[in-house]
Amino acid sequence: MTTVVNDVSLQVATVNGSGSQSANMVLLRAIFQMGVPVSGKNLFPSNIAGLPTWYTIRASKDGWVGRKKEIDVLVAMNAESAKEDVASLRPGSAVVYDEPLALSSVRSDVAFYPVPFDKVVHPISSEAKTKKLLRNMAYVGVVAQLLELEMAEVERAIGKHFAKKAKALELNLAAARAGFDFAKAQLKKTDPFVVRRMDATRGKIIIDGNSAAALGAMFGGVTVVTWYPITPSSSLVESLISYMGRYRIGPDGKATYAIVQAEDELAAIGMVMGAGWAGARAMTATAGPGISLMSEFAGLGYFAEVPAVIWDVQRVGPSTGLPTRTSQGDVLSTAFLSHGDTRHLLLLPATVEECFQFGWEAFEYAEHFQTPVFVLSDLDIGMNNWMAEPFRYPDRPIHRGKVLSKEDLDRLGGFERYRDVDGDGIGYRTLPGTDHPAAAYFARGTGHNEKAQYSERSDDWERNLARLERKVHNARTALPAPVLQGEGAEVGIIAYGSSHHAMLEAREQLRSEKKLDVDYLRVRAYPFHDDVEAFVKNHARVYVVEQNRDGQLAGLLKLDLTAELVPRLRSVAHIPGLPLDARSVTEEVAAREGR
Amino acid sequence: MADAKTNRIGLTLADYQGGKSTLCAGCGHNAISERLLNTMFELGIQPERVAKLSGIGCSSKSPAYFMSRAHSFNTVHGRMPSVATGALLANRTLIALGVSGDGDTASIGIGQFVHLVRRNLPLVYVIEDNGVYGLTKGQFSATADVGSKLKTGVVNELPPIDTCLLAIELGATFVGRSFSGDKRQLSAMLKAAVSHRGTAVLDVISPCVAFNDHEGSTKSFAYTKDHDEPLHELSFVPVFEDIGVEYNAGTTVDVRLHDGSHLQLHKLEESYDPRQKLQAVQRILEAQVRGEVLTGVLYVDPAAPTFLDRLGMVETPLATLPANEVRPPRTALDEVMRSLG
Ligand SMILES: Cc1ncc(C[n+]2csc(CCOP(=O)(O)OP(=O)(O)O)c2C)c(N)n1
Ligand code: SF4
Ligand SMILES: [Mg+2]
Repeated sequence: MTTVVNDVSLQVATVNGSGSQSANMVLLRAIFQMGVPVSGKNLFPSNIAGLPTWYTIRASKDGWVGRKKEIDVLVAMNAESAKEDVASLRPGSAVVYDEPLALSSVRSDVAFYPVPFDKVVHPISSEAKTKKLLRNMAYVGVVAQLLELEMAEVERAIGKHFAKKAKALELNLAAARAGFDFAKAQLKKTDPFVVRRMDATRGKIIIDGNSAAALGAMFGGVTVVTWYPITPSSSLVESLISYMGRYRIGPDGKATYAIVQAEDELAAIGMVMGAGWAGARAMTATAGPGISLMSEFAGLGYFAEVPAVIWDVQRVGPSTGLPTRTSQGDVLSTAFLSHGDTRHLLLLPATVEECFQFGWEAFEYAEHFQTPVFVLSDLDIGMNNWMAEPFRYPDRPIHRGKVLSKEDLDRLGGFERYRDVDGDGIGYRTLPGTDHPAAAYFARGTGHNEKAQYSERSDDWERNLARLERKVHNARTALPAPVLQGEGAEVGIIAYGSSHHAMLEAREQLRSEKKLDVDYLRVRAYPFHDDVEAFVKNHARVYVVEQNRDGQLAGLLKLDLTAELVPRLRSVAHIPGLPLDARSVTEEVAAREGR
Repeated sequence: MADAKTNRIGLTLADYQGGKSTLCAGCGHNAISERLLNTMFELGIQPERVAKLSGIGCSSKSPAYFMSRAHSFNTVHGRMPSVATGALLANRTLIALGVSGDGDTASIGIGQFVHLVRRNLPLVYVIEDNGVYGLTKGQFSATADVGSKLKTGVVNELPPIDTCLLAIELGATFVGRSFSGDKRQLSAMLKAAVSHRGTAVLDVISPCVAFNDHEGSTKSFAYTKDHDEPLHELSFVPVFEDIGVEYNAGTTVDVRLHDGSHLQLHKLEESYDPRQKLQAVQRILEAQVRGEVLTGVLYVDPAAPTFLDRLGMVETPLATLPANEVRPPRTALDEVMRSLG
């Protein structure tokens, strides 16, 4: 048996509400602290307690952080799912399981490690509830011993996690040690998976995309935040609440912001509209059902030209769908959210670094273009923990766009809100409260002329819509440009958002296993940059990889590309409700390329 | 007008004018616009400090017809409250005036209305109440009375939503009902509402001459005039004229408003004190039974904290805070990054 070093996918199967999160975070951190690239994915039900939940930790010397389909080591703590979980493993995998589950008879081609968790933690606490929690930390100790994790790093991770709770710290340390000691004394390792110290995580951080987005917004100078709780976006605002409470309170104890929990998403976006109109940097965060509710206001924002930032942390729809599963299913509907000829700016972050960067940049785009900007993250980026480079402080000062002050108006004598003075489609605006008799204008969702006066005239309507089209079209060169990897291949792949992580790995699998070189273009914004069309021009066949059923981004591309390029597109769309994995992409592209 | 009268800040009535109304001649909404314009003029409020907000409907169009020197946002149907909330979050120094209709408020917008009132957002919320959807040509709204008849002969059978009763129950701190045809009462009420700090809900019966002013309608001019039951006579003493107000405590209730001005209610009904919530609710319910259009200031609580007071915000409008106050320094990011490593 050859040892497999730093290439292992570990899955912990528990029931939700059992308190296993801390244990999983400790495992993740311990591996990270050993310098080994690692990622964690929580696969949880839309439920508070009692249903199966799986947490997957992947350690990868090559730095792959996308989901890996195959599980190498299973920790089976949940009676309900255990048999099925074990049955789905590949031969040669390993199973740590709670002894009473008696799993060893299920099959003979995997390594079984029975652990009597209740007995292991019994000496530490006699209290039933505490014991239940400590079982989790005991599996950490067992896994640490089996995978040869450095126990010192496990203990350091526990210390970090329970830094503010001395009693819990002591109990958890004891439980982890008890698990470790049990494994050492009682289990004989027969699987090949080990983790050994590397130096690939130095200087990095671990964070989830929602917290990163919150930080981005805070450093973007957000002043008004409104929300209505919905998975998977709630934690974005919840972390914003905690960061803002820390860093955005003035010396007099007063907040330089307002965060309001609205009565629903209609109100949340309505408040953002009012605040954006009145000059605040305003945002809201939501997910599919909320985005649907925001539709009418989205059109008002587009047409009355109100800056706004809306985070959509995508989950699986239609309807309530799978609330705790990830997708890229809102791309098409959000691009055109609302009735009539509405078209929005979309930002498509793929990493936590981009959640931070787009988090502040979104306000720059919204205020510059005077329009709602939708940032389409997803559950996988937003709620899972990712390794990242420390975030870079904004490299540009805050620009509020074309806002006329009292002094400007003194100089100009007046202004016309929707006149295209500069030829870029963007008019000048004023803020309510500006102390000048010519400052006011009448914002409205009804037809209007350049002076913002009500108008039903065809020429006013057509001129206005043409200007709006120009404005949004112009944005394509200002928004984050696509990122190209590779050159000269016959086959191209386009992907975006969280699909990126599987794509990186798939590209390598295609090269090494299938002898197929592909160039890869990662799209980061809509409307599409000109480089996107150039990329399609340069490739005979272009696969568009995404996480929805209908190939939504491929659809958007088809609308934009010149007709002769459209047949080059091929949609690779997957929506299993789980983060995209490289293997699925590799096999599908290879098959369609005859490899 | 060479010697046009000026108000205390030196502006003339012309400085408060708006665009030409496109509503039907004789529409109650026009009379309310006129009263709003006069109120702002007489109180000497700088138009630039005012933000007008509305939903959709004939009523919601009316902000275009007064005070063009104030910013205005004609939003979407029934959602003015949220937009007003956002505008005030961005700039807490604005004097917010919400104009809505009975359809805009009591049907599609009831949810947002409820929550705005619950928050006691500082704004004057005028419901121009005609019992119908004017702009969509005369369907019943949720404030139509039982038995009221449309021109087509259709009779309303569902009980009306009493927006005043609802507002009192939900925590509005100034609640009044008036009539577009009662200049005096409406003027005093509007002035007091503008001087109040908190949500001021004014349900103003505003007959729709095109669709709901006929015999059989309970929101017509004639019906409202006949059934108008004023609780008191109102007078308003602005803060800049307050030189020791004298009144007879036996026949007048004096309410000192947030800005120091006084609302005086000269009792027509003995013992009605608009600071007593229970009494207000009881009196409104009685009026419903008796078929009265009970007008006047029904409830007032001048001291309750508003939503903006509760948020612990800086005094400066958030909208215009300088960059260095809204973007934390590099050291803050470094600190967070260290905690995540
Ligand atoms: C979402 C939506 N649904 C329906 C309409 C059509 N609509 C416009 S105004 C209106 C009713 C307005 O009634 P009210 O608020 O009482 O105003 P009034 O015209 O009577 O002053 C309706 C239903 C709309 N504009 N938006
Ligand atoms: S239809 Fe009725 S509410 Fe509308 S403007 Fe005419 S009279 Fe007024
Ligand atoms: Mg109406």
